[in-house]
Amino acid sequence: MLDAIIHKKLRDFSLDITIHAGPGEIVVLMGENGAGKSTVLNSISGLVPPDTGSIQLNGSVLFDPGMGVNVPVENRRIGYVFQNSVVFPHFSVRDNIAFGLLAQHKSPVFIKEHVEHWMSATGIEDLADVRAGNLSGGQKQRVALARALATEPALLMLDEPFTALDADNIRLVKELTRTFVTEMQIPCLVVTHRITDSRDIGDRVDVICRGKKEWEGRPDDVPVCACRSEDR
Amino acid sequence: MNPSPVFSEKIQRTITCIGAAVLVASVTLYLAFPVVALFFRTTPELFFSSLSNPDVISALFLSLFTSTISLGVVILVGTPFAYVHCRNDYPGKVIVDTLIDLPLVLPPAVAGLALLVLWGRMGILGQYLSLFGISIAFTTLAVIMAQIFVASPFYLRQAKSLFEQLDPVYEQTARTLGASPLRIFALITLPLTANGLVSGAVMTFGRALGEFGATPMFAGNLPGVTQTMPLAVYVGMEGNFTVGLTISILLVIISFAIMIAVRLLARREASNA
Repeated sequence: MLDAIIHKKLRDFSLDITIHAGPGEIVVLMGENGAGKSTVLNSISGLVPPDTGSIQLNGSVLFDPGMGVNVPVENRRIGYVFQNSVVFPHFSVRDNIAFGLLAQHKSPVFIKEHVEHWMSATGIEDLADVRAGNLSGGQKQRVALARALATEPALLMLDEPFTALDADNIRLVKELTRTFVTEMQIPCLVVTHRITDSRDIGDRVDVICRGKKEWEGRPDDVPVCACRSEDR
Repeated sequence: MNPSPVFSEKIQRTITCIGAAVLVASVTLYLAFPVVALFFRTTPELFFSSLSNPDVISALFLSLFTSTISLGVVILVGTPFAYVHCRNDYPGKVIVDTLIDLPLVLPPAVAGLALLVLWGRMGILGQYLSLFGISIAFTTLAVIMAQIFVASPFYLRQAKSLFEQLDPVYEQTARTLGASPLRIFALITLPLTANGLVSGAVMTFGRALGEFGATPMFAGNLPGVTQTMPLAVYVGMEGNFTVGLTISILLVIISFAIMIAVRLLARREASNA
């Protein structure tokens, strides 16, 4: 379960928002470009600490200036899939997925089993030895997803995961995300600016406008005017 | 009668072409002729026979030895320095940035004098070292220190710009996966900037190898101890001209090899991008 209260002064406005996501729940953050959606994810991950607020994940405090707590990014156990399908281009697909497990000093046997499992779960086992820099956009996104999930995160966050993907890959990544979030019973935040994505994948939608939550509710009820985006 | 517009356009284009060709040819020849002249001034027999001259051999090995050590120090200290410098904001960062570039514009003789004033036997720091019987000036160590001083900016500037240009998202992703800063630096940052770093290192080696101004001021000109190849060329002018010529040709060959290496690396980098 994720409970985050974030206050942060940005260049043009201040971000003041409360985010909540339960186990197995996918919360979609919608809004125009520059509304503060990515900053919310960066704050929760610890990459950009909020000015004030608090962030709790499964009861443990990740950030609370009042208590003097600010858990470093590398210890937060958050699977974060960045925009534009970030893979380590100089590693093979296998080494990409093993990266987080190696960093966590897991045993070689454990790593091997886990990497094989996640490659087959995301349908990229044929690409195991391919240099990740040579993959297509859809393949990269599956590698990024498998790499994040292999670390068994307590929270999954995806930033614009469907842009630059073709229709088949969009459907596949949506299915995979839904399956794993349900299986692992972890909260999940997805940033997108397309209503169709939120309907396909979301359990709940938070519409953000200039750093404030403008609307909250079920994906089917998102008012068209709530996110004035050219791309629906 | 005025020439037709088509005709005058043709003449104009021809004149432009000739002008461009003359410009390219004159620049190229101006740079290439003196280097080519070196090769014409000697014969292969003379060149190969003077290769075994002890002055040539000692200068060659001293130059290669000191430049390699200098390069090693610059890489080992410069790489983490450039990384820490890029990734952190600290007071006086702009001043540090300027100081890094200073040796590029500072006349090498001034650099040599500055090193002597600081580390020489009567120097500001050197006088205390000499109390312990340690003397730096006019030793091989001084050659290395002079080379590091003048050549390090080539590597530091390259490393700085590579680290600044690297998309932060790679390091951020690695952090969210639980990797420590050291692990990220070794496994993500360094490999993704390696080609550029190597080409910076090659340029640094070249500059260290060609160092002339600071070395005689700070290290002197002792054969076998501080007489590097460029110094031996200078001495050859007054003594054995063939030796000077042979060393010059060796330096030209090494410089060419360095430029080719940098170009190949740059091409590899471009194809990897």
